[in-house]
Amino acid sequence: MDGEADETVAVGDDCVPGRRRRVHGMLKLYYGLNEEGKAAEESESLDPCDINGPHFDPELYLNKLRRECSLAELMDQETCMVKQIRSLDSDMQTLVYENYNKFISATDTIRKMKNDFKKMEDEMDCLSANMAAITEFSASISGTLQDQHTQITKLSGVHTLLRKLQFLFELPARLNKCLELQAYAQAVSSHRRARCVLQQYSHLPSFKGIQDDCHAIMDKLAQELRQKFRDGGSSAKDLSECVELLLQLDEPAEELCDKFLSHARSRLESDLQGLEAEIRPYPSAAKDASARRGCNEFVSSLCLVITSYQELFINHAQTGELLHAFVDNLAARYFSLVERRIQEEKSVGDNSLLVRALDRFHRRLQAVAKLLPGSAVPNKGTEIVIRAATERVKQYLSALQSFYMDSLTDVRQALATPRLSVAGRDAPNSLPELLSSLSASILNQIKSVLASVHLFTAKDITFSNKPYFKGEFCSQGVRESLVVSFIKFVCQSSRHFCESAGDKGGSTPPALLLLLSRLCLDYETSTISYILTLTDEQFLDQHHSPVTPVTTLCAEAKEAAQKLLNHYVKVQGLIISQMLRKSVETRDWVNTIEPRNVRAVMKRVVEDTTSIDVQVGLLYEEGVRKAHSSDSSKRTFSVYSSSRQQARYAASYTPSAPMDTNLLSNIHKLFSERIDIFSSVEFNKVSVMTGIIKISLKTFLECVRLRTFGRYGLQQIQVDCHYLQMYLWRFVSDENLVHFLLDEIVGSSAHRCLDPAPMEQSVIEVICERG
Amino acid sequence: MEDDAPVIYGLEFQARALSAQTAETDAIRFLVGTQSLKFDNQIHIIDFDDENNIINKNVLLHQAGEIWHIGASPADKAVLTTCYNKTCDSRVVSCAAVWRMPSDWETGSHESPDDTAHNPQTLELLCHLNDSAHGNAACVLWEPMGDGKRVISLADNHALLWDLQESSTQAVVSNTATLEGKGQLKFTSGKWSPHHNCSQLATANDTAIRGWDLRTMSQIYCIENAHGQLVRDLDFNPNRQYYLASCGDDCKVKFWDVRNIQEPVKSLEEHSHWVWSVRYNHSHDQLVLTASSDSRLILSNMVSISSEPFGHLVDDEELSEGEDNHQDDKGKEPLKDSVVSTYEEHEDSVYAAEWSSADPWLFASLSYDGRLVINRVPRALKYRILL
Repeated sequence: MDGEADETVAVGDDCVPGRRRRVHGMLKLYYGLNEEGKAAEESESLDPCDINGPHFDPELYLNKLRRECSLAELMDQETCMVKQIRSLDSDMQTLVYENYNKFISATDTIRKMKNDFKKMEDEMDCLSANMAAITEFSASISGTLQDQHTQITKLSGVHTLLRKLQFLFELPARLNKCLELQAYAQAVSSHRRARCVLQQYSHLPSFKGIQDDCHAIMDKLAQELRQKFRDGGSSAKDLSECVELLLQLDEPAEELCDKFLSHARSRLESDLQGLEAEIRPYPSAAKDASARRGCNEFVSSLCLVITSYQELFINHAQTGELLHAFVDNLAARYFSLVERRIQEEKSVGDNSLLVRALDRFHRRLQAVAKLLPGSAVPNKGTEIVIRAATERVKQYLSALQSFYMDSLTDVRQALATPRLSVAGRDAPNSLPELLSSLSASILNQIKSVLASVHLFTAKDITFSNKPYFKGEFCSQGVRESLVVSFIKFVCQSSRHFCESAGDKGGSTPPALLLLLSRLCLDYETSTISYILTLTDEQFLDQHHSPVTPVTTLCAEAKEAAQKLLNHYVKVQGLIISQMLRKSVETRDWVNTIEPRNVRAVMKRVVEDTTSIDVQVGLLYEEGVRKAHSSDSSKRTFSVYSSSRQQARYAASYTPSAPMDTNLLSNIHKLFSERIDIFSSVEFNKVSVMTGIIKISLKTFLECVRLRTFGRYGLQQIQVDCHYLQMYLWRFVSDENLVHFLLDEIVGSSAHRCLDPAPMEQSVIEVICERG
Repeated sequence: MEDDAPVIYGLEFQARALSAQTAETDAIRFLVGTQSLKFDNQIHIIDFDDENNIINKNVLLHQAGEIWHIGASPADKAVLTTCYNKTCDSRVVSCAAVWRMPSDWETGSHESPDDTAHNPQTLELLCHLNDSAHGNAACVLWEPMGDGKRVISLADNHALLWDLQESSTQAVVSNTATLEGKGQLKFTSGKWSPHHNCSQLATANDTAIRGWDLRTMSQIYCIENAHGQLVRDLDFNPNRQYYLASCGDDCKVKFWDVRNIQEPVKSLEEHSHWVWSVRYNHSHDQLVLTASSDSRLILSNMVSISSEPFGHLVDDEELSEGEDNHQDDKGKEPLKDSVVSTYEEHEDSVYAAEWSSADPWLFASLSYDGRLVINRVPRALKYRILL
């Protein structure tokens, strides 16, 4: 601010607040009060030409001005300077005026204070004189009252003594009265108060009399009390009161203990019997409320007994063990009842009820634990809760399993019914729906079961923070023995379908196999990991005990899916095989007529294959196939195979070279891959269809080889194979496979033919197209 | 220890029938019958020279028809039976007959083994086993280890027990059993049990296996649905009298204890198509040979149900045979049931496989395209069994 002085002055006339502040600043500077940092100050003040600085040298400044400035500038400088000086003067004047007034008023105030002090001094003198007089008077009064005071004290002592004596004399009468009124507590307390005194002065005959009286009365009282106690008073409270009184009467503690406990036992046992009776009549009805109430009563009265016992016999060392034994004994019986009750809780319906009941049970026992720290009761209680929980999990597992089997039965029925009505072809339309509804319902069921089981670990449940429920229950209980077991069960039951059906010849509908295989595959790809993630989220296990990893389950599911699909292929292949085999075996091929038509069974085969294709297509993706040659249905087969067949037949005609036949077919086989007939298929439609067709055609081949053909028999086979060729190539991954097998069939039948005269290719085509 | 390579022999015709020459215990010899509708059928006598790994063949003509089944007499090397098809009046009939090989079949053939044009000799017909009342013959079974006087033929739904008289030139039906039931029942295969004084027979029809008592010709047991599909073949365990192996179109090989026919003792599913033949090794019944139309031959080691469950029942003869007696005792751990080896030398369906009657470690298999393959049990396994 100081540095800008020149500028401020130049602009500053109109700017009043700025000016005022500058004035204050200067004053402050004058008095050495500097708000700003000293460093800034010093850097400026060294300049002797700074008009505001402390090192200002007028001579130097003047010389500098004269040297540097023109006349006009000098003039301006001068007027500016004069103006500044004037304003400084006026500032000074106002400051002086303002401060002057303050000095005047200060002087007045000081003068006034001087007068007031003088007056106060006088009053203080007067006060001290009065105080001295008061002290004198009070001393004289206390001197006169001394004697009377001692007398009064003595008198009051006598009075209390007399009161005590009177109490003693009246004691027998009072005790009697109390006895009559059955105010035992009052009697005992009165007697206790008097007992020591009587004991002390028992050498005096009068006191002795009183003491004897009292003893007699108290004996009677004790008798009565004992009687009452023995009778087993109405409530636990009464009982404990009795015991307290008797204790005060120096009754032997152990005996009382035993008696007390036996009384408590009988009462608690009657409670238990009540409970038992309640459990028995309603083995399964909704008696939760009553049973719970019973439990509550028992546990709370047990608590009451424990508290009163501890209060009563707190000083007796060995009684603690007695109590433990007592509590353990009773608790064991109680637990057995509770367990029986829990075991009856079979219905899986509402888990929350059970959980709440268990929670209440557990909470009560916690109270016992607090009262009786060393007791095994709460641990046993927790064990019961754990057992109940694991039992529950098992029940849920079996419920899930039966649910799964039920839904499979439903699916089976659903598959069976439309088949009857729509004759096979439209039935598979519902397959994807069935699949999705099946998997959705299973998933829902799992979710609801998880939710129910989750109640066991809810925050507000007391036992949920036990280590078991935090760790083992989550990992072993829920994850392993519920979820994982269920998934394993699904896989296992699927495998079971394959095995049982394999021997008995397809008791399972093929569509179900297909559907299950898809289900297992879905499980493998997504569902298992979803379910497990869900489980792990809900049941976070802190201990990380070893669990079955997702991958093994997935592998298992995939294996099951593969098995099911293989089995499906086998079953469907066998159905078609059976048709083909029957058709080959039951015909007299030697004496058959010239073929005019494709045999009906071939049409049936193509029809069935088409419907299987539709069925599989509903659940599985298309899959990859090798590129088709253009116009596969006709050209490839007719040209390729017929030329080969010609060669074959030609060979057969020349009797000199029977070797060539084999040579040709062997050469062909050398270059074609070995075909595994009942081999594993991939999870796509083409692979499945290839498997089925392979099985069927191979059966055809083997059957043909067991027969002998006439000329027309061979021709019929030619026609049939051509027909199959026309339709089957589109289903398989590699049409050459169909070519090869059909070729082999025609070749074999030519071999087995007594008069091998093949039909013209064109005629075959005409017949097939007509059909 | 290299195993010897298989020896392959090719027939000119297609063939299904294979048998070891049962009465021959010195030379390794197999009989193969061909199937041809256009040419004269043949019986090839395959001699295998074990030391030089050479096959010698002799061809005998079987002009009666194509051979579906062949059986060698257990008593007389020269006698055999065939089941064959012949066509007459555009009908195909299956017949069975007993034949005798010409006494000098071995002579003369060695000079020009490959020359089939060189007038092969013809089999001498001993007698027909035909009874027109009893339909088409499926197979003929010799009495095992018998004196070559009794045979059983299975024809449609009849089992006929024949007595061969006057050095087999006359056959008389001494007893018959008939399979009764709904539909057209037909025996597909059978086996004469070597146990119980050869008084039992097992037959297969459709999916069922039946046991017969030959003394009364009555059924003693029946395994319904033994296989999911047709049963193709049977064999008795030579050492355990109640054990029976079967195979069929469900690609399975099953082992049965006929005292408990509810469940098979064991079931194998190694083949990928129908199994046409199953054969126990004559000496070491843990070795089981199966042939299938998936063109494979599988040798399995069924230790758990064999008569030597712990791997050795020391036989002096066999001990001297195994030369490497010094071999250390590693691999003495109990063996598990396992596939020993899969033989893939065939390229068409294998319909028959047989153990040699002379060398227990050698077997032959025959595929439809006429390829006969002779193989040996892997040496490692052989020594494991012997030592």
